Amino acid sequence: MSYLPQSPFEPGPLDDLRPEAAPAAAAEPSERTLRRRYVLRSLWHSPTFLVGAGILLFWIFMALFSVHVSKYGPYSIDPIHALAPTSGAHWFGTDEAGRDVLSRTLAGAATVLVIAPLSTLLCLLLGGSIGLYSGYFGGTRDEVIMRFVDVLLAVPVVVAALVIVAALGHSIAVIILMIGVLFTPPVARTIRAAVVSERQKEYVLAARLRGESAVYIMASEILPNILSPIIVEGTVRLGYAVFTAATVAFLGFGVQPPSPDWGLTISIDSQYIQTAWWTVLFPALALASLVVGANLLADGVRKALSE
Amino acid sequence: MGRLIVRRLLLVVPTLLLLSVLIFLMLGVVPGDPGRVKLGPYAPASAVAQYDHQIGYDRPLVERYGSWLGGFVVLHWGESWNTNQPVFSLTMQRLWASIQLAFVALVIIIPLAIVLGVTAALHRDGIADRIITVVSLSLTVVPEFVSGVVLIVLFVVGLKLFHFPAAPPPGSGPLTRLFYLILPAIPLMFVEMGYIARMARAGMIEALNMPYIRTATLNGLPRRRVVYGHALRNAMAPTVAVIGTQIGWLVGGLVVIERLFVYPGVGKLMADSATFKDFPVLESTVLVVAAIYMLSNLGADIIVAFLDPRVRYGR
Repeated sequence: MSYLPQSPFEPGPLDDLRPEAAPAAAAEPSERTLRRRYVLRSLWHSPTFLVGAGILLFWIFMALFSVHVSKYGPYSIDPIHALAPTSGAHWFGTDEAGRDVLSRTLAGAATVLVIAPLSTLLCLLLGGSIGLYSGYFGGTRDEVIMRFVDVLLAVPVVVAALVIVAALGHSIAVIILMIGVLFTPPVARTIRAAVVSERQKEYVLAARLRGESAVYIMASEILPNILSPIIVEGTVRLGYAVFTAATVAFLGFGVQPPSPDWGLTISIDSQYIQTAWWTVLFPALALASLVVGANLLADGVRKALSE
Repeated sequence: MGRLIVRRLLLVVPTLLLLSVLIFLMLGVVPGDPGRVKLGPYAPASAVAQYDHQIGYDRPLVERYGSWLGGFVVLHWGESWNTNQPVFSLTMQRLWASIQLAFVALVIIIPLAIVLGVTAALHRDGIADRIITVVSLSLTVVPEFVSGVVLIVLFVVGLKLFHFPAAPPPGSGPLTRLFYLILPAIPLMFVEMGYIARMARAGMIEALNMPYIRTATLNGLPRRRVVYGHALRNAMAPTVAVIGTQIGWLVGGLVVIERLFVYPGVGKLMADSATFKDFPVLESTVLVVAAIYMLSNLGADIIVAFLDPRVRYGR
């Protein structure tokens, strides 16, 4: 666990004598299974993880089925009751077209929930490959790639997003690609650091002496051993991806009206904030809960894997 | 040390050049032309061509980049395709507004984050630590416009304490301006503070575990002196480094917050120019922002070096 900060309370060499560490001496495949079982068990007992996963599942469920749950559709307009305050008929009030804010809020997670996971997968794929390549080969190739990564990191993500969207237009595919590419440099850095510390280990040397190809060593020998930093990085990036996707939508560069997307809704209805605050407050609170949920999940996973 | 600074400064120039080429290329491949955007879909093709010729858009990309770069270096940044204002004075005017907002935010963030982080470290694993860590981390992950909306509803609509939009009326005094800037600075503070506080906490905990702290304590120095005289200075290096990188997040936050609060800063200028495909403005503002970002990173590195004698004297 060399990629994690060392603390005096982390297990040292003597801790191997403790009874629960005994399975470490067993054969290699069973050790991996035991570890997986242990991680799953500690996830199951982690309130942070469970609350985060619960929030995410709630919004996934709502994105899929809210149309059947809520009283009004997210798109059904009712101009006579436009900008009506919260009431028994409309718990969260109505927006400028008389649409029910509760129904729209419940349905508003869909676009973010498509963009964030897909762009996270993309940045793991790209950043993982670059990090593996750069860390495994080292030398000039490593130096050149990392310099290039530094240049990409020289622009704030939101600013880069503005340029990319202005140039390529705003389809969901462009936004997924953009977030995926913009998040690649930090992922590449993390994975590279993990690979560099693995590269020196004996199992890699053994594989090299057996005459295995570099691709085989990277994919089948090193990759399984750096899964935990990859998973941790992935869950952390998921939180950032939700943040960025929502921000891009708020700036008007994501999905277009009449989508009930939270960022878009807040962007459009913020002009009514002083007279009809309910049109923006409820989507804002919903978005906050989703972002916090994703980060709680990430925190739970990180702790379970670092134990 | 001096050589280190010069080398880093020299690295800024090629990075910015590369960046300007990248942006120019990206904006150069956009379908549709500025004449069409400017004159609307019903303008005759001859008028569009005339306009494109007037602003030099019909020349090859390399030639356009050359003349743009030549102009950029001598501060002749062209005119906005959207409003015809000169880009340089427009950018500087908006930048000044943003700097005021960013300054108010940073003046609140940095001391508060360091105090919170150090407090959390001194009460490690206690209740204060838990509360500070959980609250600041939760606030960090929420987008600026979300906390901004909640704050506006609370303090403008509910308590009627602050003004919205946040642009102070022209000709108002410095104190009035400051008052207008406090509310938009708070969401920026939420996002930035978490990282800085976490770094300050981690740095302080690491410093407190060092042998020289035990030595100082065993020598009978009072706790206050051990903490503020010995540990704090060494704990600050990672914090300062993180403040440098946070300037980049601050710029991203400005884009969002200036839009929500209708504040005429460089972030709003950038977002608007992206919306209207006003490329002279977009290219110049992005480069200016990237330059500021890189220089602030460099500044942070220099301060870190001065805090750490090992870096100062070259390992």
